[in-house]
Amino acid sequence: MARIISKRVLTPVTKLFIVEAPLIAAAAQPGQFVIARVREGGERIPLTIADYGRDRGEITIVVQEVGVTTRLLGALDEGDDILDVVGPLGAEPEITPGGHVVGVGGGFGAAALLCLMRDLSERGEQTTAIIGARQKDLLILTDELSAVCGHLELCTDDGSAGLKGFVTERLQQLIDGAGVADGIGPPDRVLAIGPMPMMRAVAETTRAAGIETLASMDPLMIDGTGMCGGCRVTVGNEVKFACVDGPFFDAHQVDFDEAVRRNKMYADLESQAAEMQAPECQASAGAS
Amino acid sequence: MPVKRIDKTPMPQRDAGVRAHDFLEVNEGYDLQRAMFEAERCLRCQDAVCVDGCPVRIPIPEFIHAIAAGDMTEASSILRGANPLPAICGRVCPQESQCELLCHMNNRFTSAAIGHLERFVADWERDQPNNEGARQPWRDEKIAVIGSGPAGLVCAGQMVGMGYPVTVYEALHAPGGVLRYGIPEFRLPNDVLDWEIDVLKRRGVEIVTNVIVGKTIALDDLLNNMGFAAVFIGTGAGLPKFLGIPGENLNGVFSANEFLTRINLMRAYDFPNADTPMKVGKRVAVIGAGNTAMDTVRSALRMGAEKGLIVYRRSETEMTARIEEHHHAIEEGVEFHWLTNPLEVLGNNEGWVTGLKCQVMELGEPDDSGRARPVPVAGTEFVIPVDNVVLSIGTTPNPLLLKSTTGLETDRWGCLVADEESGRTTRAKIYAGGDVVTGAATVILAAGAGKNAAEAIHRDLAEARGEESPAAIAVVGAPSAP
Ligand SMILES: Cc1cc2nc3c(=O)[nH]c(=O)nc-3n(C[C@H](O)[C@H](O)[C@H](O)COP(=O)(O)OP(=O)(O)OC[C@H]3O[C@@H](n4cnc5c(N)ncnc54)[C@H](O)[C@@H]3O)c2cc1C
Ligand code: SF4
Ligand code: FES
Repeated sequence: MARIISKRVLTPVTKLFIVEAPLIAAAAQPGQFVIARVREGGERIPLTIADYGRDRGEITIVVQEVGVTTRLLGALDEGDDILDVVGPLGAEPEITPGGHVVGVGGGFGAAALLCLMRDLSERGEQTTAIIGARQKDLLILTDELSAVCGHLELCTDDGSAGLKGFVTERLQQLIDGAGVADGIGPPDRVLAIGPMPMMRAVAETTRAAGIETLASMDPLMIDGTGMCGGCRVTVGNEVKFACVDGPFFDAHQVDFDEAVRRNKMYADLESQAAEMQAPECQASAGAS
Repeated sequence: MPVKRIDKTPMPQRDAGVRAHDFLEVNEGYDLQRAMFEAERCLRCQDAVCVDGCPVRIPIPEFIHAIAAGDMTEASSILRGANPLPAICGRVCPQESQCELLCHMNNRFTSAAIGHLERFVADWERDQPNNEGARQPWRDEKIAVIGSGPAGLVCAGQMVGMGYPVTVYEALHAPGGVLRYGIPEFRLPNDVLDWEIDVLKRRGVEIVTNVIVGKTIALDDLLNNMGFAAVFIGTGAGLPKFLGIPGENLNGVFSANEFLTRINLMRAYDFPNADTPMKVGKRVAVIGAGNTAMDTVRSALRMGAEKGLIVYRRSETEMTARIEEHHHAIEEGVEFHWLTNPLEVLGNNEGWVTGLKCQVMELGEPDDSGRARPVPVAGTEFVIPVDNVVLSIGTTPNPLLLKSTTGLETDRWGCLVADEESGRTTRAKIYAGGDVVTGAATVILAAGAGKNAAEAIHRDLAEARGEESPAAIAVVGAPSAP
């Protein structure tokens, strides 16, 4: 059981929770995640630890409402308990030190960049974050991110904030040296966190330039301890368990086709379950 | 006097045609009349060899005699004195290779139905009112137990019985280990498991779920910062093996652990009332022939599969499943493909499983395990059309805790090195037992290891306290505190 200390609505379908979890906060490293369950009979879903405060005994999670469990979670309020929260799981990304690290975040991926970028900046790395969304009001945590990165670059589909275009377009510009005038050099390492198509596009963007790129894989998970193997991803012909070996893998080696296909394994059943949910939940789902 | 009857009193069981479609228990259990009838068969031998076959040395003739005399209270106290998980062991022990194997009656008849009787007594006990309250621990040294499978639960139960405060840490959201996530309800109903765990909680065992030692808390923190005097590791052998054949990551291929966890722990059979989905197609092939494979293939039928197949590269003789499960599987219509070696999982354009390419094997010379080595027969490749493939080819200890803790030795199979008798590991104050030490084995061996380690912990702590000869070892269920 973990008590919700506070809740912030970032977008209509994205909620930020600060959760009381002293043991997890004490052990957490940037890039790790938790697994949560919200009701009896509920499923177990992985959620990135966006931030943690060891002294306060709190962790921050950001939930994007995409299915039954995330919607139930998104409906919880300050003072409510999350039934089960276990972690921290997975390992910190291994980023070769020295060099300009560009974090690319799509959707709620921006949240996951928060403590990673802060940690890198504190270690003296040069950091830039590129985050993207459809429109300005769907961009999240921009103030927080700009406080912990050397530079924050925004991209929107409609041009309502920052560059009009995809995060990969801005990334390509930086690779081509377009940011030098603004003091943003080309990336030496890239960290991609977000929807699978975005991470794949980032991998393709950096592949030709041979830039070290890590993607944060989010396959379906159950236990998160290496017990079920449901989270397996193929990385350069090797089968890895994302929950213990990951979630970060060499984006140039990840078999994205397989990862996308495996993530859709239950898509039809999931939408069937979502349809059975209360109509008010449907309304918020429609907004996503 | 013993009554001569050739055959065991049959276990009443639900009709195969009906039970193969639900998760209710297959065996219905003896009633008092059947139990006494069966108990009368026991010869009450002077040299009770059955006891030698039992890893926890239950005084078998004594408890059976008590049943025959109709004294259930006595039967239950004898049984529980030796085995803290009788309702579970009576259901899942491989009696045919343990107690019942050695039974003298095998010379002329079939053995006494020790397992069925054990189950009967434990179920009787479960129906009695229980007012036992938690006793305050009367010793100071706190004990931490990692993992709530049979090894951890029994160790914890024994330790509280000896007066120690005990905290069990479990990685999952529910306690029980394999008993919870692996063994299906048609063999071991959750009620039975919950009841056994409740008994322990009432005795004062504290169970903390959602804590992964090695991730949430370091093992060394337990000893150095959290004030525990000793730690028992009972983390099991939960890491599933894969074959490494092509097509293993196609949609519709699972490890048995995933398949069973979705159904048992996550209750996917109740989707969409429960939130975890599961997709079981018309034809399900399960690779392997142990208890896990039988549980998986029979669960597949219950999830709606029309055909459940066991594919095993060795022959029926080398099968490791309990004999009763094999029989039940045959009754339920499971097809067995012995001497069949899987080579590749085939899929369609969308990446879903369509078939399993196999090859016929024949038995050759004995291998390392002493069993005849299966060798491929050239030119015998064929395809079995299937919608799911489930790998049930074994598990090894999860390296998560062992890798994050220094000074613990493991062998070449990844098993934690610990003394068989005492559970002592290569580090002081750290003990271990169950599957994490032996590799995947049995419930009763894990339970026995938990019990032995508890005694060793007590002895070592007593020595540290400066007690010359440690107080007689109290048994779980002993009536009162000193
Ligand atoms: C499907 C199946 C059917 C079986 N059928 C039979 C049968 O009929 N008869 C029989 O005798 N045996 C059977 N077995 C084998 C038997 O279940 C095991 O031998 C037994 O459960 C081992 O007990 P254990 O306590 O060592 O470990 P487990 O039961 O594996 O329990 C270990 C527990 O530790 C937890 N854990 C692991 N790592 C950590 C950590 N770092 N921190 C906290 N917790 C942790 C796990 O989540 C788990 O709950 C079967 C096994 C399976 C999988
Ligand atoms: S615990 Fe197992 S081996 Fe021992 S008597 Fe019972 S069934 Fe037989
Ligand atoms: S989630 Fe089960 S092994 Fe990774």
